[in-house]
Amino acid sequence: MSNSVIYLDNNATTAVAPEVFEAMKPFLTTEYANASSIYPFASEPLHAIAKARGQMASLLGCTPEEVIFTSCGSESDNAALRSAVKTQTGRRRILTTAVEHPAILNTCRDLVKYAGIHVDYLSVDKFGRIDLDEAKALISEDTALVSVMFANNEIGNLYPIRELSRLAHAKGALFHTDAVQAIGKVKIDLANDLKDVDFLSLSGHKFHAPKGIGVLFKRRFAPFAPYLTGGHQEHQLRAGTENVAYIAGLGKAAELAAINLEEENTRVKALRDKLQDGLLATCPDAAVNGDLEHRLPNTVNIGFKYIEGEAILLRLWDRAHICASSGSACTTGSLEPSHVLRALGLDYKSLHGSIRFSLSHYNTEDEIDRVLEVVPPVIRNLRDLSPFGRITG
Amino acid sequence: MWDYTDKVKDHFQNPRNVGLLEDADGIGEVGNIICGDAMKLSVKLTEDKKRIADARFQTFGCASAIASASALTELLKGKTVEEAAKLTNQDIANYLGSLPEAKMHCSVMGMEAFQAALSDIRKKHPEYQLPGTNEPEGMDRVVCQCFNVTEGKIREVIRLNHLKTVEQVTAYTKAGGGCGGCRDEIQQILDNELAHEHLDNEAKAAQAQVATLAKSAAETVKENAGPLTPFQKMRLIQQVFDAEIRPGLKADGGDAELVDVNGDKVLVKLQGRCATCAIADKTIEHWIEAKLREQVSPAITVTQVQ
Ligand code: FES
Repeated sequence: MSNSVIYLDNNATTAVAPEVFEAMKPFLTTEYANASSIYPFASEPLHAIAKARGQMASLLGCTPEEVIFTSCGSESDNAALRSAVKTQTGRRRILTTAVEHPAILNTCRDLVKYAGIHVDYLSVDKFGRIDLDEAKALISEDTALVSVMFANNEIGNLYPIRELSRLAHAKGALFHTDAVQAIGKVKIDLANDLKDVDFLSLSGHKFHAPKGIGVLFKRRFAPFAPYLTGGHQEHQLRAGTENVAYIAGLGKAAELAAINLEEENTRVKALRDKLQDGLLATCPDAAVNGDLEHRLPNTVNIGFKYIEGEAILLRLWDRAHICASSGSACTTGSLEPSHVLRALGLDYKSLHGSIRFSLSHYNTEDEIDRVLEVVPPVIRNLRDLSPFGRITG
Repeated sequence: MWDYTDKVKDHFQNPRNVGLLEDADGIGEVGNIICGDAMKLSVKLTEDKKRIADARFQTFGCASAIASASALTELLKGKTVEEAAKLTNQDIANYLGSLPEAKMHCSVMGMEAFQAALSDIRKKHPEYQLPGTNEPEGMDRVVCQCFNVTEGKIREVIRLNHLKTVEQVTAYTKAGGGCGGCRDEIQQILDNELAHEHLDNEAKAAQAQVATLAKSAAETVKENAGPLTPFQKMRLIQQVFDAEIRPGLKADGGDAELVDVNGDKVLVKLQGRCATCAIADKTIEHWIEAKLREQVSPAITVTQVQ
């Protein structure tokens, strides 16, 4: 099946790279020792963890000691937010945005409910952009943490992390960024460019490592209270026996990401642009959602007016096994469209017909050509069924 | 993951009867583009205005909304208007095999579209004298502002689908699926409907019981080859009174007491709401009398005492 699939849903998850799988294998077979044991049989696992930590650090531009392995992006987000509330005694506010991932939004809600924290949400304009002046006005001596995503999963917007982290530090607040979507797609330089970032979350399965492994970057000297308490692992910052195979795989994925970063921003970006331009040229009443100037190179979100996302996706799968995603009500598992699209205040005519295509370097030009062939008739046909399709002809 | 039957997929991929009938007798439009699904149904009747000659749809919505609309048009074609007026959302779901519960509101939209088309025809052509639909009348108060769902719609869908929880009502009507502000009220409507259903069931059970009793009484009569003895008659009157008459009155907030039985003369005392309602008491007296005549003896007369 996977051979015939045209997979354009890489912001949801990615294929595990073959090299990553190879790097993991020994630790799922012969090298099964607990990395904390004292006999020489434990040296391979121990060595693999150290190596992965180094690979991860060099991708991020930090020191290996600043890399904490976790189980996923959501755990990293939880750890950063909950820790900040504990360590920043006396400060009772968190500042974040209306378009964050649920791992942030629901953790914030939890802290409001059980820790009495007050949360402020930065608004976004119709392109999904935030306003730095608003951020400046909202960060105060009472702010414990500012948490803003590096890149948005649905529309691909990149946010001004450097400026925001400086604003946070200027008021003595900690700064966290959920970089789950950015890793491997844009350069992240914690040593120079992003010196004011205290915490950063990422997740393996968004850049060709498996699901079930993540990282929390914690800057040296940034105050931290562990989220998962127990054993001494991860420099006593995150308990739990090291998941050696997945850590080794994550390290390999980080190494590959550094190598592929160039291609992401040239070939993959060109494919994305070809897809975007082609669809806009062949499908009337369609528009790109998001910030065209500051956007991930692999993502495009297009709103097709007068039709509904789930119907589009089901047809795309049926015609050519194309995988993409939608923020429409019927696909979010609720009765309302995604919170991101609503925060943009999109025209309701296109709100329900928004489709996100997200590429990876495994995508080929042939696939994009095929998508460009399949999508327009699907859109046309569904509009023929729609009572609104003919409004503008 | 999509959890659709082959029939749903088929009707989504190859929808039947798409379009708009230029010479339709009536058009039903439900839903809107803001809510995420909408449907426009056009219906044409036969010459004699007794049957559905043709039905066409246009739908904005997800796969199950499109499939439900397609199924509806197939179900409608050829039916008499009377039969069609009784179609429920369950009929649409059954036609498609099934729909995931979260998508049941699509089948409800289909039913609504036909109801709207029918009332459009009735409005345009009162001379056709078409029958009404399932929706309880006079309950057009909007309960869910987010999705514009009326009390009548909620009650109808609860009854037709035997819904028990607010979550189900949301899955079937969308009401409660937005801000959530109306959920308490939906719960109240549910409580109220469930109480009614309970009374209905009680009344039905009682009716069955009376039927058996009446049968056995009739058999006794046959066996004895003579009329009821005064004792048998009294007992039967008491039974019909307890099992049928009182539950019937209670469902409307009233009650009655059997005061005396003297031969064929029955004395009753009205209570509860019935006792204070001047217009109702004669009607009730007649109703009780009719019941007893039917089940016990045609000679019975009922008189009220204060
Ligand atoms: S009023 Fe019903 S969900 Fe908002």
